[in-house]
Amino acid sequence: MSEWSQALSAPAIPEPAPAQTISGNRGLQIEEPLLFEQDSPGHCGVDLPVDFPVPAPIRSRLGGLERQRPIGLPGLSEPQIVRHFTRLSQKNYAIDSGLYPLGSCTMKHNPRLNEKMARLSGFADLHPLQPESTVQGALELIDTVAHWLKTLTGMPAIALSPAAGAHGELCGIMTIRAALEARGDRRLKILVPESAHGTNPATAAACGYEIEAIPANARGRVDLAALRARLGPDVAALMLTNPNTCGLFEDEILEIAAAVHGAGAFFYCDGANFNAIVGRVRPAELGIDAIHLNLHKTFSTPHGGGGPGSGPVALAAELAPQAPLPWLVHGAEGFALVEEAQGPAERSIGRLKGFHGQIGMFVRALAYMMSHGADGLKQVAEDAVLNANYLRVKLADALSLSFPGICMHEVLFDDRFLKDTGVTTLDFAKALIDEGFHPMTMYFPLVVHGALLIEPTETESKASLDQFASVLRGLAERAQSCKTGAGDMAAFRAAPRLTPRRRLDETAAARKPVLRWRPAPLRQEAAE
Amino acid sequence: MRYLPLTDADRTLMLARIGVPSIDALFADVPAAARHPGLLDLPLAMGELEVERRLGAMAAKNLSAGAVPFFLGGGAYRHHIPAAVDHLIQRGEFLTSYTPYQPELAQGTLQYLFEFQTQIALLTAMEVANASLYDGATACAEAVAMAGRLTRRDKAVLSGGLHPHYRTVCETYARFAGNELRARDAAPGGGEDLAALVDEDTACVVVQNPDFFGEIRDYSKLAEICHQKGALLVVIVTEILSLGAIIPPGEMGADIVAAEGQSFGNALNFGGPHVGLFASREKFVRQMPGRLVGETRDAEGRRGWVLTLSTREQHIRREKATSNICTNSGLCALAFTIHLALLGEAGLRGLARLNHAAAVATAERLSGIPGVHLVNDSFFNEFTLRLPRAAGPVVDRLAEKGVLGGIPVSRFYPGRRELEGLLLVAATETVTPEDIDRFEAALGEVLR
Repeated sequence: MSEWSQALSAPAIPEPAPAQTISGNRGLQIEEPLLFEQDSPGHCGVDLPVDFPVPAPIRSRLGGLERQRPIGLPGLSEPQIVRHFTRLSQKNYAIDSGLYPLGSCTMKHNPRLNEKMARLSGFADLHPLQPESTVQGALELIDTVAHWLKTLTGMPAIALSPAAGAHGELCGIMTIRAALEARGDRRLKILVPESAHGTNPATAAACGYEIEAIPANARGRVDLAALRARLGPDVAALMLTNPNTCGLFEDEILEIAAAVHGAGAFFYCDGANFNAIVGRVRPAELGIDAIHLNLHKTFSTPHGGGGPGSGPVALAAELAPQAPLPWLVHGAEGFALVEEAQGPAERSIGRLKGFHGQIGMFVRALAYMMSHGADGLKQVAEDAVLNANYLRVKLADALSLSFPGICMHEVLFDDRFLKDTGVTTLDFAKALIDEGFHPMTMYFPLVVHGALLIEPTETESKASLDQFASVLRGLAERAQSCKTGAGDMAAFRAAPRLTPRRRLDETAAARKPVLRWRPAPLRQEAAE
Repeated sequence: MRYLPLTDADRTLMLARIGVPSIDALFADVPAAARHPGLLDLPLAMGELEVERRLGAMAAKNLSAGAVPFFLGGGAYRHHIPAAVDHLIQRGEFLTSYTPYQPELAQGTLQYLFEFQTQIALLTAMEVANASLYDGATACAEAVAMAGRLTRRDKAVLSGGLHPHYRTVCETYARFAGNELRARDAAPGGGEDLAALVDEDTACVVVQNPDFFGEIRDYSKLAEICHQKGALLVVIVTEILSLGAIIPPGEMGADIVAAEGQSFGNALNFGGPHVGLFASREKFVRQMPGRLVGETRDAEGRRGWVLTLSTREQHIRREKATSNICTNSGLCALAFTIHLALLGEAGLRGLARLNHAAAVATAERLSGIPGVHLVNDSFFNEFTLRLPRAAGPVVDRLAEKGVLGGIPVSRFYPGRRELEGLLLVAATETVTPEDIDRFEAALGEVLR
């Protein structure tokens, strides 16, 4: 999964404000009020047809329940709207603008061909409940995506409807519980390594399971002995991320799988890091029973500032009968959907979302997979791992590497190199912002102190990695100089200084939440 | 490969710098038995042109909604999307950014989400809203779960007018969470006595407005009864545009509103991605699922935005989180925000009027066909017809005649004989008078 934790940042030590402009703008950084603060009542950015689609006044059939009170939405013209959102966009960092090394989140280039394909009217302008005879091409698309994903994972079945990685986890754990119940086996626990994404325990809890944490060994992998000791007839499944969130391949994974299966449990894999092995390693051959794939990671559908995602789950034969609705089958007259838990799908867990899944994301992912092909996808994994290891060796003596030896697609450092400097992981990351880079994932995974998890992805050039490494080395040197008092610790504490906003007071935001705009008079009332 | 910047020369240099002889050495931790030596049995890399041809061929096999008279709804509605919406959401700074965990680098995303939350609160007349969920159906299931946490009760009553996909998603979630659902049978047009099912163990009653069959109801009384018994009223809205015309759930006493927001800014997309909306009362905010954006100040005292109350969320609370959700529907929420901003108060009211007018005109014309009856007493832009024979084959015949003429209710309720003749018909601003003429003529012919 793609989430990571972060310490709450407090306001930085104040320092002299930069030169004040009359407008409050700072060159290209333009202040932009809320939409609601730009209201020209009655104005509209859309010209609706006056007497269309029907010419005459109609008798209202709203049952006397017409909305009477004003809603409170502001009126603006199109140029104002375009400028507003353009200005907002300019306050964002993006993979289009630079290296985005968020470990475990996989911020790689998003090809624009994929956007173009998803907007073909034959996909985008298609209603999910049209007669099946009119959507055979869309069903073929789903079938083709399924074929690619089954081939890449080596698994016999794939559930495509989950809307994101965490939703895929939910799907996987539900199918596991349903399969266990189908064989009359009620188990209570799910084992989750300490390094797991937060979604894993949250998912297991949502499926009614107790969670037990499995410690990591000194090599950053699952402690096999501890796992064996906790396995038993009460354990439903192990949820393991592989490669794990330390960026390491679980090299005892076959032994782990054997132990899990030996206890009658299922082996669920969080496939958030599948991009490290795609085309080179098939999860089925690792003994995995279910694995979700984040299409917005490995297959580069855009993250979009937090979605939409898509989280198909590849399933082993024993779990396939429990797959959620709908099912796609090859019928006499072409493709058909099975939308009820009956017939071939009688053991299905049921429906997990409305309609059939994130079709728009399937189009993008398929365009991505077709563009790369079997050869290109393998190269994706190889270059992702190569780039991460290159950064590892370039930074090993400047930052503190948490686990020695080769890594996969991401490399984990901790904050030992900041010891006695007074600079924290958070300060270090914020200083990186002023250098024009998005920070790495901080404080995750939880198995090391002050984690800095770097995932460059395969779409960075060598020059880009070299520049990034030299900036990190430079910042590390500056931090070191704080040890002796020669360095400027206050500068670290005050970073970032060059962004549209400086450090934001997250503590105050949480203490008295303001979650929406309100017109001024109401604000006053609320204050009283 | 056009998306991979490394050259073979780079790779050689980098392997040397790492100190390994080959790329295979970097995969040494993979058990030998699981290493796949060659290429998988899949096509090789393709250029843009080839990919466009192949996907274009698949797309061409479908009958696009815009190509024919189109009257489908049932939780996904075809509306005109202003050109500016798609242009703006494709700006790379929106499209290719991550969840705004680093607020200094994401004020753009955070501000539009704050605007989105405000828009949802205003539309629904609720106090607060979150920054989106996956879709309406999963938002509904999250609402039931939240009601359970708030009331510490485990029973939910679902109206028969709830969208059948929403009901079945709730059933899937509830089965594994250990909650009990009492779902009423689907019964179009008829009143159902939900109040009678509310007891001391009831966490919430879930109703939809307009309901699945298009009927609009006042749920104020039901809200009172729920509150008297310590239960919550959850109101589902599958056509968010309806709130430009009818009394919002917040004015009826709703405690939680879960809705589908696809109608603003988002294409049909064959069912996804869409965008789940979720609103509630301020006092319940700490039990809400999903991301929340809040206002705060930066180190220079300037107003800014951050993700807040994240101690509800899985990345902090792990198994004690209010939901396992991580990614939501950020870009779909942006499309929603831009479209609704373009409409504004006047545009929203006008668009809702147009939709209602189109639906009234369509209903009057179709119910004039012999044997066809309008089931609804009231409706917004979608209504149910009772046909003199099974609606499924009728819809297939209409499609052959080049009319996408509604959804047979039997698609959701196979085996329910009394629902076989029901046809769900939606008409939005995209319907033309000629479309209505063609639908009327085609339906008349098919039923003759």
